[in-house]
Amino acid sequence: MSSSAEAHVANGEKSPQFHVAHHFPTADIQFNSGKMGIWLFLVTEILLFGGMFCSFAIFRSWYLGGFVEAHHHLDRVMGGINTIVLICSSLTMALAVRAAQTTNKKAVTVLLGLTLAFAATFLVIKYFEYSHKFHDGLLPGIHFTATGFQEPREAGIFFAIYFMMTGIHGFHVLAGMGLITWILIRNLKGQFSSRYYAPVEGVGLYWHLVDLIWIYLFPLLYLVG
Amino acid sequence: MATHSDTHADVHGHAHGGADHVPHVLPLKIYISTWIALMVFTVITVAVSYVDFGDFNLWIAMLIATCKASLVALLFMHLRWDERFNSIILVSSLIFLGIFIGFTMSDTDNRGRAEPIEHDRPLDIKDPFGLQSPQQ
Amino acid sequence: MSQTATVDHVVAPDSGKGAVDYIRNGKGIVSWLTTIDHKRIGLMYLGSVVLAFLVGGLFALAVRLELLTPSRTIMSAAGYNQAYTLHGAVMVFLFIIPSIPASLGNFLIPIMVGAKDVAFPKLNLFSLYIFWIGALITLSSLVLGGIDTGWTFYVPYSSRVSTTAVVNVTLGAFIMGFSSILTGLNFIVTMHKLRAPGMSWYRMPLLCWALYATSLVQIVATPVLGITLLLLIFERAFQIGIFDPALGGDPVLFQHFFWFYSHPAVYIMILPGFGIISELIAVHSRRKVFGYKAIAFSSVAIALIGFLVWGHHMFVSGQSELAGTIFSFLTFIVAIPSGIKVFNWTSTLWGGSIKLDTPMLYALVFLILFTIGGLTGVFLGMLGVDLHLHDTYFVVAHFHYVMVGGTAVAFFGGLFHWWPKMTGKMYSEKGGAVSAILVFIGFNMTFFTQFFLGSRGMPRRYYNYLDQFQPLHAFSTVGSWVLGAGFALGIVTLLVSLKNGKQAPANPWGGLSLEWQTASPPITENFESTPVVTHGAYDYPLAQGQKEHA
Repeated sequence: MSSSAEAHVANGEKSPQFHVAHHFPTADIQFNSGKMGIWLFLVTEILLFGGMFCSFAIFRSWYLGGFVEAHHHLDRVMGGINTIVLICSSLTMALAVRAAQTTNKKAVTVLLGLTLAFAATFLVIKYFEYSHKFHDGLLPGIHFTATGFQEPREAGIFFAIYFMMTGIHGFHVLAGMGLITWILIRNLKGQFSSRYYAPVEGVGLYWHLVDLIWIYLFPLLYLVG
Repeated sequence: MATHSDTHADVHGHAHGGADHVPHVLPLKIYISTWIALMVFTVITVAVSYVDFGDFNLWIAMLIATCKASLVALLFMHLRWDERFNSIILVSSLIFLGIFIGFTMSDTDNRGRAEPIEHDRPLDIKDPFGLQSPQQ
Repeated sequence: MSQTATVDHVVAPDSGKGAVDYIRNGKGIVSWLTTIDHKRIGLMYLGSVVLAFLVGGLFALAVRLELLTPSRTIMSAAGYNQAYTLHGAVMVFLFIIPSIPASLGNFLIPIMVGAKDVAFPKLNLFSLYIFWIGALITLSSLVLGGIDTGWTFYVPYSSRVSTTAVVNVTLGAFIMGFSSILTGLNFIVTMHKLRAPGMSWYRMPLLCWALYATSLVQIVATPVLGITLLLLIFERAFQIGIFDPALGGDPVLFQHFFWFYSHPAVYIMILPGFGIISELIAVHSRRKVFGYKAIAFSSVAIALIGFLVWGHHMFVSGQSELAGTIFSFLTFIVAIPSGIKVFNWTSTLWGGSIKLDTPMLYALVFLILFTIGGLTGVFLGMLGVDLHLHDTYFVVAHFHYVMVGGTAVAFFGGLFHWWPKMTGKMYSEKGGAVSAILVFIGFNMTFFTQFFLGSRGMPRRYYNYLDQFQPLHAFSTVGSWVLGAGFALGIVTLLVSLKNGKQAPANPWGGLSLEWQTASPPITENFESTPVVTHGAYDYPLAQGQKEHA
């Protein structure tokens, strides 16, 4: 593998970190293979969340009254702010990929830093929402202790789905922050350029998917219940 | 997609750097206008949720969400300019998701439909096809 | 089309002169554990799944021995529940699902398409480690209280009642799911992007097509198993209620989730077997595969239709009559592509120069057993018939005909077929042939009997049974010993060849696909130089009067 990197240095090309792995015929095929791999991975993410969307659809169809009642206890202002935060983070991520495409190292650093900040904001807001629910006893299944509900059982199922969906989503945000940190460090080491930015693109695609999932979670859970 | 390898047939093995990767850089204004559109849609979907359209609230919310999702997928995720196979991957994942949800709900939303029918037309187990009793 | 059956090589400037084969390239255990060579990874997978097969096999023998007599033979009822659960869980998650794709597929796909490695070699090694971690967590249940839920982990028993180590096994299966996903992802990208010059889709060996279809299923279905098991773990740990009727949840929903994965997973298990049989039959009868495209596309069709039929596992679960009817109807459709395959294989044999060596024997065993397994599947897919046969030994016999008679037999056939390529050693033809015959006899003794037991009402998973079933049960148990001996002899034959076997030539069977055009065992880079493909994988010289393939 390193032999090709050396070859490029010998040819006087920029971006010494760049290399084509020995089993890829060309850099373009390597890039597109990586991208196809990421897209296939995103399929698995969609179907992972798909299980939760499926249970939401079924229980909503059964327990419409209970679900509508329960969803009024979610804070749609906080949820809306979080939606905006994630959309902004998607923008900065997309721009970070663009900056990497144009070999603008400094811009990549700034934009990835901003994306991280937005992600952290999202999780902080989520933390306040969660602690509020814990305080009110709006918890899944057997732990549901809030009073004054007409259909406490149905509300328990709603909050089971709410916590599973937003919890798994939050975990993905956390994992995304780890990945962004990883490419941020690699960028600081000067490893990316217009010729080699596949990891930035890949993490970007993942991050947009996290945003995509939330784009559906927010109206389903917070707005229509 | 059958031609990926074939088009590179003349490259053979170790022609590193022969077909270099050239990024497809989009103009900045595409990103900014996408972002603005997403923000506008978010405001709309929240605003609409305060109006009661009955069952339609769900479908309006899903329609707006799908518009937003398409914007993100096509523009932020570059699907519009990407290899078409990646779009096929995404769309087929949604088809499978639809199968999953649709078929499961064909069960959950139709349980207990046979009981009233059996109640109205009880079955004689000894003569399930009504062969022995005289036809009415 | 070339009639001379050669592959033209283009000499690249860095062609590996005097390169050593992949086994000797790097010594010591560390060189294996850190390798990113798909062939070494495939071999390590092979060792792991064969080990799992032995563990699962021992549980199977224990279960059969217990059933030799009604009530207690060698173990308690609780022990019996654990034995069949572990048999099922180990065989499904540790053996069959990874068996062919991760071992033979890993070894063969890059070579068959003329690549140097899979698209993501490090990811490949990573998925092996994930598999090992998941397998260890699953097997840790052996010393941490076992598991007695059946391999299907149905709620509410698994979530509220069972006191065994359910979380270990489900967590292990959850983790192994990632390995399965990543392997499938790797294969799909490899086949899309790394085919050698001239290797068009329709020149790929049929094993590649089968594994492509398998990979699709692995990617789409496995994540649903992930969320299912995750929900089960949360249900068990925190009682979140989604599957718990007492809290407003729905236990049948678990079955939907589980079978949305596990029915397509049946095709993860059998499709690679189909691929292997296509190779074996074509190569060992020196005949161009009859209906190449039909076999190729029927694999993809089975993979896709496989997603529409999961409810046929749930006919008596309380799902709606509407859903049951739809699922029953759709189930019949699966028989069409499966039938296409069987007819095409038979037609390929017809007029071929059949050589009855070990791989061919295994392929013939497969043809017979799979046909029985497939046809009984049609009975079971029929809503009315299934109400009678559900959860009886008829079902047990049916899926063993497909899983063992199909997949395991194909796996062994493939192992015998590619063993000379993988290890560079020829095995004893006599040992291989005897093992195939023993497997055939033992298998039918064990499982054909169970069709009778099942149709007479013997329920599966029961510890005790009526005295009238005893002769059939005893016959089945004796059969399991013959079957075990057959598989054991097969493994021993292969292991002995490592020590005493003759050096294998590059192409012992006269195959035309790319893996036979390189050394046995192959060098680390697979080929001295990137091959240029000029003909299909089965373009054997045509006999007189045969028509040229389009």
